[in-house]
Amino acid sequence: MTEQEQQLLLEIADDELILGWRDSEWTGIAPLLEEDVAFSSIAQNEIGHARALYELVARERGITADELAFDRTPDEYRCAQIVELRLLDWEKTIARHYLYEEADAKRLAQLKGSENAAIAGLAAKIDREEVYHRMHAQMWHDRLREEPRYTAALAELRPLLEQRGDHTSELPELWEEMTMVRRSQPAGTKW
Amino acid sequence: MIYEVFRQERKGQPFQHAGSVEAADDHFADVYAREQYGRRGESTALWIVPRSAVMEIHEFVDELNRNYHRVDGYPLKEKLKEARDRAGTAATAGDR
Repeated sequence: MTEQEQQLLLEIADDELILGWRDSEWTGIAPLLEEDVAFSSIAQNEIGHARALYELVARERGITADELAFDRTPDEYRCAQIVELRLLDWEKTIARHYLYEEADAKRLAQLKGSENAAIAGLAAKIDREEVYHRMHAQMWHDRLREEPRYTAALAELRPLLEQRGDHTSELPELWEEMTMVRRSQPAGTKW
Repeated sequence: MIYEVFRQERKGQPFQHAGSVEAADDHFADVYAREQYGRRGESTALWIVPRSAVMEIHEFVDELNRNYHRVDGYPLKEKLKEARDRAGTAATAGDR
């Protein structure tokens, strides 16, 4: 696997891990019970995808997925700013969900054509779950597309899809929370 | 709107009530029902029905009291007990 491929996989894995974390923040408080179930399930899927992607890269580097997920500093994460935001407005959550799934679909389609069989195979597997995420995002998009609050949220968040490298101040806060348990034990602890 | 969801576990088996989802329209109901009852291989098919489309019957009037149409129309238990009591009494009387 080339260094470039590893970077791309890490980029996707970081997006999925952080977005999965953010989506999970709706568990128990989504505006509808059905959305509580849907967002919790999507969050679980995204974190599962992150793990599988980290594992591919970790194998190349002779380390573990957990080390990639939790032992880097916030600066080293490659995620886009759009996934970092703690968004409690429903219209923004849906706008981010739609924008992300749209962009993720394109990226996965490319990855499915990879010459590396492990990468192509994993992309195909991930894409089978993403189909449900896209259906969910699309139905909301179709319903809200004329709503000014929603279109404003789309316009505000779209540029953040491309913002990688720099992070918002929300990532270090999330990182503290996300890695707290792991950091509480000495390095090398078997979980 | 409330939709009732029925699922079929395996081909050829009857559909059974799985639960309900609250959804803004048919499209949302479709996605929610798939999410909650279909996407983990637990169903081969789903029926999704607006609750308002379900005809309900709760009262079953039996004006002529023709309970002999039913298998429980003859409560045998009571009659049997009476018969046993009678027989028991008769037997005891005979012993004397």
